[in-house]
Amino acid sequence: MASIQFIQAEVNIPIFNAHNRSLKNRLMHIASGGKLSADTSGHVVVRALHGLNFSFREGDRVGLIGHNGAGKSTLLRVLCGVYAPTQGKVLRQGSVSSLIDVSLGIDHEATGRENIYLRGAFLGLSKKEINACLGKIIAFSELGEFIDLPVRTYSSGMHLRLAFSVSTVIQPEILLMDEWLSVGDEGFKQKAEARLTEIVESTKILVIASHSRDLVLKTCNRVLWLEHGMIKMDGEPDEVCAAYFG
Amino acid sequence: MRLESLNRSQLSLGFLLGWTDILNKYRRSVIGPFWLTISMGVMISCIGLVFGGVFKTPMVDFLPFLTAGLILWTFVVGTINEGCFCFISSETLIKQLPIPFFVFVIRVVWRNLLLLAHQIVILPVVLVMMGSNISLTTFLAIPAIILVVLFLSSLVFFFAIFCARYRDLSQIVSNVLQVAFYLTPIIWMPSLLPERLGAVILDWNPFYHLIELLRAPLLSSAPSFTSWLVVGAITILSWCLTLLLFARVKHRIAYWL
Repeated sequence: MASIQFIQAEVNIPIFNAHNRSLKNRLMHIASGGKLSADTSGHVVVRALHGLNFSFREGDRVGLIGHNGAGKSTLLRVLCGVYAPTQGKVLRQGSVSSLIDVSLGIDHEATGRENIYLRGAFLGLSKKEINACLGKIIAFSELGEFIDLPVRTYSSGMHLRLAFSVSTVIQPEILLMDEWLSVGDEGFKQKAEARLTEIVESTKILVIASHSRDLVLKTCNRVLWLEHGMIKMDGEPDEVCAAYFG
Repeated sequence: MRLESLNRSQLSLGFLLGWTDILNKYRRSVIGPFWLTISMGVMISCIGLVFGGVFKTPMVDFLPFLTAGLILWTFVVGTINEGCFCFISSETLIKQLPIPFFVFVIRVVWRNLLLLAHQIVILPVVLVMMGSNISLTTFLAIPAIILVVLFLSSLVFFFAIFCARYRDLSQIVSNVLQVAFYLTPIIWMPSLLPERLGAVILDWNPFYHLIELLRAPLLSSAPSFTSWLVVGAITILSWCLTLLLFARVKHRIAYWL
């Protein structure tokens, strides 16, 4: 069973300047009873998400829409467990994986093959599991002999093909995405599209942040409209999109 | 996720990352980290010549003592200093993936252990050159390094958390370590100290016990019971403090980066 539940979840992100990052100033502050740095003692806090209440169940294909800075990325971070809510609760069941940054953790000095192990380990795969699908990954990436060259020698297309091929071997129960992934030239694009569609269809819960009306209407069966970290609207894609995109 | 205990593949991720860091030192350089070994060798020769002369200590005693001490000190200090940047330098990863924080601690400690393995090769060379005896006591270095690594791991974890929040702490740490270098018998031998001063500088100096625990067996003598006791005690204490701190702030670390 995969499910996600937000109960009055809040995320307040503290903004530190050089001043309150400093231990010396903090100590001075204590020693001087707060007088020396009274003006800088108040932490600046950005309220990124506010009073979120919702639950995602199996079968949900959720689109997150909203303007820049509305809290979409922060919400994705809470969903994948990077940020814990500063107040309230987030209950989550099921394995989570994100295709937000498929190149994350790729080491440019290492070879393509080494990077498959590295990236695989970041995705939570053991060496044995990677060995089992190594051939499949290399074949899918179409890198051929380049797989044993350092990634820094790759063109950006090859780089993405490698990252995509490794990142899509997993089958998470909850999948997070930021926009649809589009990789490579025409030939590869179609193959990648098919692979991505397959993963998206087999995942139990999909959450995708997007600015594209077509994408949301095509993939989602529910849309959350975020504004200033709060839910402005939650409902059927047609309704919400009509209200948001106008 | 991040807050649950480590599973096996996450544990191996830490080791893999540390290993990759070392591999990267080898790329486009045939001898890689052995450059550090070479510079360590040069430093030991110079310090050995100068201070051996200044303190009028016989080379047969002083050079093995200096070699073991300096290599171990470099390991301890390198680990702690890099520990300060443990989470800061992995910011992008921490903010994207719910990897347990301890994975990054393993990365730093493992990377430094591998570097230690590169540098320690100087010691047998020096021991053979000086005609020192090697005895079974040397094997005491194995439990000693395990204990020291346990202690250093907690310290790395502690400073990684603290430095993520207070960025100038790393400067304080490296300054303290610099001072500790002179207060700890590494380039001078404890026998040179007047007795009463020695009691203060040595017995109350945790760095002395930390180094001595490893250096003594490497030089074929058993570390004192006090050293075992002190290092064991600070290990337990430091783990307790670190885990208390971590329990309090684990939800906030990602926000500090």
